[in-house]
Amino acid sequence: MPEIVIMVLVILMIIGALLAIETSNLLHSVISVGAVGFLLSIVFLFLSAPDLAITQIAVEVITLVLLLRAAVRSENDSVPHRRKIIDTLVAVLMILAMAGLGARMFADFPQFGEPVMDRFADAPSNTYLQDGLEKTGAANIVTAVLLDFRAYDTLGEVTVLFCAVVGALSILRRPARKRLDRPDKEKDK
Amino acid sequence: MIYFLCFGLILVGLYGVLVRRNTVKIIISLLVIEYGIHLLLVLQGYRRGGVPPIVEPGTDQQTWIGQSVDPLPQALVLTSIVIGLGVLALLVSLSIRLFERYGTMDISKMRRLKG
Amino acid sequence: MSGQKPTEGMSLIVKTTCGWLKGFILLYGIHIILYGHLTPGGGFAGGVIAASAFLLILLAEGQRAGLKTFSKKAALTWRSVGALIFLAVAGLGLVVTGTFFENFWTGHASGNFTHFGGSIQASEIGIGLLVCSSLYLVAMVLFGCAFGFESER
Repeated sequence: MPEIVIMVLVILMIIGALLAIETSNLLHSVISVGAVGFLLSIVFLFLSAPDLAITQIAVEVITLVLLLRAAVRSENDSVPHRRKIIDTLVAVLMILAMAGLGARMFADFPQFGEPVMDRFADAPSNTYLQDGLEKTGAANIVTAVLLDFRAYDTLGEVTVLFCAVVGALSILRRPARKRLDRPDKEKDK
Repeated sequence: MIYFLCFGLILVGLYGVLVRRNTVKIIISLLVIEYGIHLLLVLQGYRRGGVPPIVEPGTDQQTWIGQSVDPLPQALVLTSIVIGLGVLALLVSLSIRLFERYGTMDISKMRRLKG
Repeated sequence: MSGQKPTEGMSLIVKTTCGWLKGFILLYGIHIILYGHLTPGGGFAGGVIAASAFLLILLAEGQRAGLKTFSKKAALTWRSVGALIFLAVAGLGLVVTGTFFENFWTGHASGNFTHFGGSIQASEIGIGLLVCSSLYLVAMVLFGCAFGFESER
């Protein structure tokens, strides 16, 4: 009965996300979104994706630390929920439009439990499963796809991570003026 | 049915992005959207009663291929999770910088140009 | 921030627990990086776990101990080294077989599960180094100790 379990877990995730968005205390909402992330890693385990479960748990811990850093900074600067009618109306209209598009999209989706690679005999996933061990020597096919068959994706991913970190470093840097005022600063390093 | 629940998660995140004004709340809503999309992609590759796409010593190759789940969405989502962490770091540093400059987290008060 | 004194860390209980745990967390991260070709995990997950070990040192034992363990310059260097390892594996594929990113060095024949993973394992090590030191750098900057408070005190 994995489907029932997954459905219950996803409902819990939706409740956690609603709590995280609706509560007015930032600390509470950070903790709620942490609960959503950990539930997601349990769902990944039920979907037989252990790689994703491990990565999601590790990433979630770092995410919580970074978000706490942003939330504690504000000293409980809780922004009041001023709701203008027109804003809520626009939001509801957007969400209804998205829901309509989604209903149209799900008509073309495969049934749950029948992956797309079963429909087409020449789907790339079949090749990966068939030849993965012989061609790459990696028993973990996800790693084989990540670092051999689709290594260009990983190269792009590494580039994005590199750029994001450089961006964060340069955004948070102190102004350069301070360093010019203190020429004796470098000798301690 | 499970797809609709998952899409509901994405819509909850979209609602948060559109309605909330606090920058941390907006980052949290973006995170929720990201979780929903990851879940949607992995759900498509699931096979009923599937096993993880990892060969173990002594497994019969042909029966294993018939049972394994789709490895492709998992590999793509794995990269996406780590990219999400990098983007989150960028967003958090932007939000801290905005708070230092304007002294508030309300984006409707940040409209004025300054400095 | 840069003008402040470095934090001295948390209480003795937290520091002692951290002292026991940090080695095991780091070891677990390295294990996940090295065995990514056989078991779940790989460079991304292992790198994030190793980064969380260093983040634990930075937060629990104070900024001085954290920077002594893994300084900013070391993090910047290891990040570049990781990216260069990944590119070197790709470039060696170009040199050896004539195709960029070609797997030129499969660790073992099919059906033979050894600890040695060939070029995939080398790429994993590079990616693990890059992810670990990048995330540690971000955390270090966010918690405000990257730009030399030692001299500005």
